[in-house]
Amino acid sequence: MLELKDIRTCYGNIMALKDVTLSVPAGEIVALIGANGAGKTTTLMSISGIVPPRSGEILFLGQPIQTLGPDEIVSLGISQVPEGRRIFPKLTVAENLDMGAFLRSDQAGIKSDLDYIYGLFPILAQRRYQQGGTLSGGEQQMLAIARALMARPRLLLLDEPSLGLAPLFVKLILTMIRKISDEQGTTILLVEQNANMALKIAHRGYVMENGRIAFSGTARSLLNNESVKSAYLGI
Amino acid sequence: MEYFLELFAGGLTRGSIYALIALGYTMVYGIIELINFAHGEIYMIGAFTALIVSSVLAMSGMSGVSALVLASIVAVVYASAYGFTVEKIAYKPLRRAPRLSPLISAIGMSIFLQNYVLLAQTPDFLPFPNLLPELPLPEAFGNIIGSTELIILLTTAVIMGGLTLVIKFTKMGKAMRATAQDRDMAMLVGINVNRVISNTFVIGSALAAVGGILIASHVGRVNFFIGFIAGIKAFTAAVLGGIGSIPGAVLGGLVLGLTESFATGYVSSDYEDVFAFALLIVILILRPTGLLGRAAAPKV
Repeated sequence: MLELKDIRTCYGNIMALKDVTLSVPAGEIVALIGANGAGKTTTLMSISGIVPPRSGEILFLGQPIQTLGPDEIVSLGISQVPEGRRIFPKLTVAENLDMGAFLRSDQAGIKSDLDYIYGLFPILAQRRYQQGGTLSGGEQQMLAIARALMARPRLLLLDEPSLGLAPLFVKLILTMIRKISDEQGTTILLVEQNANMALKIAHRGYVMENGRIAFSGTARSLLNNESVKSAYLGI
Repeated sequence: MEYFLELFAGGLTRGSIYALIALGYTMVYGIIELINFAHGEIYMIGAFTALIVSSVLAMSGMSGVSALVLASIVAVVYASAYGFTVEKIAYKPLRRAPRLSPLISAIGMSIFLQNYVLLAQTPDFLPFPNLLPELPLPEAFGNIIGSTELIILLTTAVIMGGLTLVIKFTKMGKAMRATAQDRDMAMLVGINVNRVISNTFVIGSALAAVGGILIASHVGRVNFFIGFIAGIKAFTAAVLGGIGSIPGAVLGGLVLGLTESFATGYVSSDYEDVFAFALLIVILILRPTGLLGRAAAPKV
């Protein structure tokens, strides 16, 4: 579904991604793991068009998207839940969800997706007229995922959804990710520092180091790989 | 008491015009954190356009309310086109540049537009016809507030009410708020941020043009320099109320207008600006973020 070929992305003169190649097959959960500063977030921002790559090719459903604007990329079906959730703090929960559906005009479809989301996250229905900034971290993470789902994406990019959450919420969020993948058939690219956890729900994984892909393989093979184990799984 | 009420009404009128212009500063600042120093010039261009159109209409025998409406529409469209173009030429290419660059570009734009009108029109003050209709007010009422002032107050109140509804309930209004709160995230949900920014400039310019027409009708004359003074005052109002805050701009405008009016009435018109800026200094010492402004949250 998504293919990155030799992606090179720079911030000024600093090269953050050095020829990254990876592919995300339709219907799968793919984990992208690695240490702080390895280039995971930059990879997602390059896919979304916020930091366009300097060279290389990004194919989505066979179509090159590396030169498109962020709004065009969303309209093709790629939504991102960025690191730190980035809820619009002074918009209400309902308005945040509205913004998730910004590019859609099928009122009936939006309404039914909203019902589905309030069913998935009942706490958001309760808080729908509350400002986004007043929610707890875990609730904000749910809202961030819900907002991305409102675009009805084919590919969902998740950046560190477990960061800073209480263990109970981490488990809940992971269950939700699994559920979204199973029920909606949404393809997911999951960036995580918590490698152990990410590889447990993923089908396959990529390990990044210093802007490069260091290892890749099925989630099971990475969980058993000795160097991955010692460097990222803390075993 | 009647004198007090008269000053109060005069202050509200003046303040509502400041508020109308201040909205343009504060909305642009809220979205791209830029002080658009060319905003006062857009106001001046609005007033000039209305003057030119109404003069042409007067020559063809048209006057009164229909001339006013037609001149206002042309002036608003024309000023909006200027606002739109100024953003595209002077600010958009500098979107990712250090913050000082667009600020300098804004000052350059302001100087350019002033001199362009100076050369294309005239350095002299031109008489501006009073296009606003004369309302039949009861005498006791008329001693406190004039017909023109009442029209200005009502017009600005209606426009601000309309703007509030647009920002609160329409899709574009919500997108504007979302963009102001987190621009990159707005892009990630698919909002075309460039379009939002353009719309903000167009709306701000339209409001400034309306302000220009109203005040020119009230004062009765225009020249190329009126935008500078009005711009500085409206900018003061925006900062007073808390720049970036829309209710703040309205409150700041009214407070500034009332202060000037009372200073003129009870002290001397020579001290009008002294009181206005003294008030600004006092408020910035006590509340550095302005009356309704909030301290910027540290970005992590």
